[in-house]
Amino acid sequence: MSVIRTSILSLAAVLQIAGATSALAASSEADFKAAFAAAEAANKEAGALRNQWTVTAAALADAKKAAEKGDFDLATAQSKEAEALAKASIYQATSEKQAWKALEIR
Amino acid sequence: MASTIRVRATASGETTEVQALIQHPMDSGFVKDAKGEIIPPHFIRELTFEYDGKSVFVADWGAAVSKDPYVKFSFKGGKKGEDLKISWVDNQGQSDTTTAKIQ
Amino acid sequence: MNVRSAIHVASAAVFSATLALAALALTATPPATAADTIDPAADARAFQKYFTTKFPKLKLEDFVNGPYSMDEGMHRQWEEKEQFPPYEFSLDMGKELFAKPFKNGKSFADCFPNGGIGIRQNYPYFDEKEGKVVTLELALNRCREANGEAPFSYVKDEMAALTAYMAFTSRGKPFDIKIPNDPRALAAYQNGKQYFYTRRGQLNFSCATCHVQSPGERIRAEVLAPALGLLNAMPIYRSEWSGMGTISRRFTTCNSQIRGVPLEPQADEYRDLEYYLSYVSNGLPISGPGARP
Repeated sequence: MSVIRTSILSLAAVLQIAGATSALAASSEADFKAAFAAAEAANKEAGALRNQWTVTAAALADAKKAAEKGDFDLATAQSKEAEALAKASIYQATSEKQAWKALEIR
Repeated sequence: MASTIRVRATASGETTEVQALIQHPMDSGFVKDAKGEIIPPHFIRELTFEYDGKSVFVADWGAAVSKDPYVKFSFKGGKKGEDLKISWVDNQGQSDTTTAKIQ
Repeated sequence: MNVRSAIHVASAAVFSATLALAALALTATPPATAADTIDPAADARAFQKYFTTKFPKLKLEDFVNGPYSMDEGMHRQWEEKEQFPPYEFSLDMGKELFAKPFKNGKSFADCFPNGGIGIRQNYPYFDEKEGKVVTLELALNRCREANGEAPFSYVKDEMAALTAYMAFTSRGKPFDIKIPNDPRALAAYQNGKQYFYTRRGQLNFSCATCHVQSPGERIRAEVLAPALGLLNAMPIYRSEWSGMGTISRRFTTCNSQIRGVPLEPQADEYRDLEYYLSYVSNGLPISGPGARP
């Protein structure tokens, strides 16, 4: 368990840096729309796998609210978060198709 | 309509043990419904148990008591076959009363 | 990009990373089973053995009391509560509702074997005509619709009252779920089993995470129930809900608690899940309706 935790922390450091540097430029409404569409598509795919997360829907809602207020930086960031969450839920559903067997009582 | 009060009173030796379950929403007045409107406060104000013409247990309740309250207590005295009268009044003026035989 | 959203993006990405690592760890040791043969009887034996070994002091029928068999203090409180159970009002309502005729003069008794009395332990069953699992809740609403009445909500109120009454008439009878020798029934059973062990939601829990790996332990302030006997006490008056809830309610709320969007009540997955969970508890007595913290 601790091995995984250490790995998470170092990965987090790497990913955070990656995330920060890629969004230094200000986002436009077009950026938001593209990010939001991508997030919605990913969440729809998760829905087809019957494995959507509540937090994905929340992030999408937050993104929309931010866009309505004209804060496209936040809206785009929230959309990207929603897409990441949706993709994680897709990964979960796909990998669990085999992984579940490891938990089974035998 | 069925009574809102379920009661069981058992005499053993010098004391009588009483249990009661009362059906009541006990709305505190702080909770909102699905539409976002406050559900008005609706809770029992006073609950009284009487034996032999005297109050053996009186509760002054408010918003903090949960829905469908359950009460358990014992009192000195009480004889098998005698009546125990239970009544409550709530903040909206509704009330209910019932009488049970001590077992 | 502000700090808050940066952290969010990072944490979301971290989660994918966590899953990737977890998945790698799990797939690294492939399970050595004859995965193609479905043997429910063997599963049930292994399932029951796992829990009776884990809790040697408990009798088999004790498992139906969930957390109350896991914790001494809670057990005492529950025994007192059972003298005046909070589900009584719902039970009375259920008895009345069950007997009340529909507008067309028929009633629930016309839809069920033995007039609906003492049959709860046979549900869910595999309907060979339909090719799907039928649960008690589903059967009740189908009865209503077949007789021109609107269906009830699956999660509480009337549905809880009706299933409370039907469970009550079966109290003490052991679960007797049948899996006919039909590949579709075996597939439904297997789907239910897969659902039970599959991780879902952002918290990445499966039903097994709590109810197989951690029974008797706490999740926040709650003591977890073992999966064995998990449905025997349903429907339940749950103090947390300040009211009654059905199997549908528990399945959907469990999903949202681990941050997974719940499926529709009585979705195929839930029906199959109930089929699996009931089958592996065959032999344990129906104790419903029940009360839980």
